[in-house]
Amino acid sequence: MNINEKLATLKYNKGKESHLYADNTVCRNCSNKFCTYICPAGVYVWDKEKNELIIRYENCLECGACKIACEKKNIIWKYPEAEYGVKFKNG
Amino acid sequence: MEKNKTQVIVIGAGPAGVCAAITLARADKEVILIERGDLAGDKNIFGGAIYYNQTKDIFPDFESNAPIERVITQQRIFMLSDNETMQFSYNYNDLNRAYTVNRSKWDRWCVEEAKKAGVYFAPKTLVKELIVKENKVIGIKTDKEEYYADITIIADGVNSLLAKQIGLRKDLKDSDVTLNVKEMIKLPVQTLQDRFNTDDTTGIAAKILGGALKDMFALGFMYTYKDTVSIGFGVSLDELKNSGLTPYELLDKLKQHQGIAPFIKGGETVEYSAHMIPEGTYSSLPEVYSDGVLLAGDAAMFVNNIHMEGTNLAMLSGKLAAETAIEAINKNDFSSKTLKLYFDKLKKSIIFKDLKTHNNTIKVIKRNIKTLTSLYPKLACSFFNLLTNADGVPKSDKYRDFAVQIIKSGAIFSTIPLIFFAIGKCIKK
Repeated sequence: MNINEKLATLKYNKGKESHLYADNTVCRNCSNKFCTYICPAGVYVWDKEKNELIIRYENCLECGACKIACEKKNIIWKYPEAEYGVKFKNG
Repeated sequence: MEKNKTQVIVIGAGPAGVCAAITLARADKEVILIERGDLAGDKNIFGGAIYYNQTKDIFPDFESNAPIERVITQQRIFMLSDNETMQFSYNYNDLNRAYTVNRSKWDRWCVEEAKKAGVYFAPKTLVKELIVKENKVIGIKTDKEEYYADITIIADGVNSLLAKQIGLRKDLKDSDVTLNVKEMIKLPVQTLQDRFNTDDTTGIAAKILGGALKDMFALGFMYTYKDTVSIGFGVSLDELKNSGLTPYELLDKLKQHQGIAPFIKGGETVEYSAHMIPEGTYSSLPEVYSDGVLLAGDAAMFVNNIHMEGTNLAMLSGKLAAETAIEAINKNDFSSKTLKLYFDKLKKSIIFKDLKTHNNTIKVIKRNIKTLTSLYPKLACSFFNLLTNADGVPKSDKYRDFAVQIIKSGAIFSTIPLIFFAIGKCIKK
C-alpha cells in the first residue's frame, strides 16, 4: 500500500494557504533533506529541476516531526486555521 | 460571567484538558474548554488503550456509559527475526485493566460529560497566542477574539506552541520524541475474534520487537477494536533520520512479516495516521507552571514510554492542575508561588515518580538496541527451532551450534549490563 493510497483513507478540509513554510535558499544548502523522507505523509518533495522544495501541505497529518527533524531549523510549522486540516475518525 | 473573562481557560480537549475542565466544573468554577478541531477527537491519535484506575477516578460510570470498544484481556509480545516469529501471550486473571476505545467517539463522550458538569465547550477555535502582561499569563488570543482568565491550563498536546511561546518549553530535539504511524484495518467481527482468540467484548494489546524495526529504537504495536485492528509503530525521530527510510515503507514491511500478516490478511485499511509521542525522560521535562499558567498532558511531556502509559498520566495531570487552580481561586492568588502546588502534587504522584525511575532507561535501551531488537528475537527463534525441529540432525550438533551462536553473538556480555541496570531499578528508592 503506497503513501497515496494510505492518504486516500483520510478526510481533510483543505485550506487555501499553506500552514507550513520553508526558505528555499536555506534548503538549497541542505545536503540531508530529512524532511523529504521522515514526513509520514510525504509532504516534502525536492524538485531537482526547479531546485526548490515542494510542500504538499494539504496532505499534512499535523504531527510536527518535520520542524524537529529539520537540521537547518528552517521549517515554520503552525497548526492549520480552525476548521481546516486533517480530521481523524478512528484516532 | 463577566464579558470575555472566566476563571479558568483550558486549551485542548484531549484527556488532560477534559479532565482538568471537568474537575473544575465539578467544584463550581467557571471554565471554558477550547478545542481547535470541529469536534473533540478530530485531531487526536493514540496507540490504543485507556486505563481503568485513572479513568474510573474521573468518570465513575464510564464502563456502563462510555463508548468502549473492547476490554483488553490479553497482552502479547511478538519477537520477530527476519523470517521467524516468536510469540508470547499473557492473559489477565481479571478484567479491570485497560480498554480500547475509538478516540473520536471516546473524546466526544468525555466532552459531553464535561458539558453536563458545567464546562463551556468552544470547538473550532484555534488559540493563536497567550496574552502575557507583566510576565503573567492573563488570557488568550484566538482566531476570533481575546479572552481573559485568572488561570490558563495548557493541554494542547505534544507540539505545544503555546508552552514554547512563554518559554516553559524549549525547542524539542529529535531524540526527545518518537514518531508513530499506524493503520486501522477493518475485518469482519467474527474473523477478528477468531484470529485473536477473543470473544465479543474482549481484545488484545500487542508489542512487536524486531523484524522491520530491528536495530532501531522502535516498537511496533497492535490493538483490537470492535471491527478493526490497529497496527503501527513508534520510532525515535533521530534514529528514523539515520535509517534513511520512510515511516510508511517501514509500516508496510512490518505488516508483511510472516508473523503479522496473517492477522490482518484481507482487511481493509480504513485510516492511516501519524502522531508524535514525547519520549518521557524526567530530565527533559519542561517547566510546568508559571504566573497564571499550568501545563498538563503531552504538552508537559508526561509519557511513560517504557510502560506504554500516556492517557492515564494526561488525565491525572489534568486533574492535579485543576485541583491546584481550585486552590488558587479560593485563595485569589494566581502567582507562581501558589501554582507551585501543582509541582508538589506531581512530585507525590506516579507521574514524577515513574518518570524519575525511568530517567535513563531509554538511554540504556538505545545503547543496547541491537541486543534487544535484533539479537534476542533471533536467539529466541533459534532456541525454539532447536527445541521443536525434528529434522534428523543429531541433537548434540544442534546444541553445539546454538552455543556457538550465543557466544559469537556476544549475547552474554551484552546481557550482563542490562541485568545490572534492571537490578539497580529494583533497589533504588
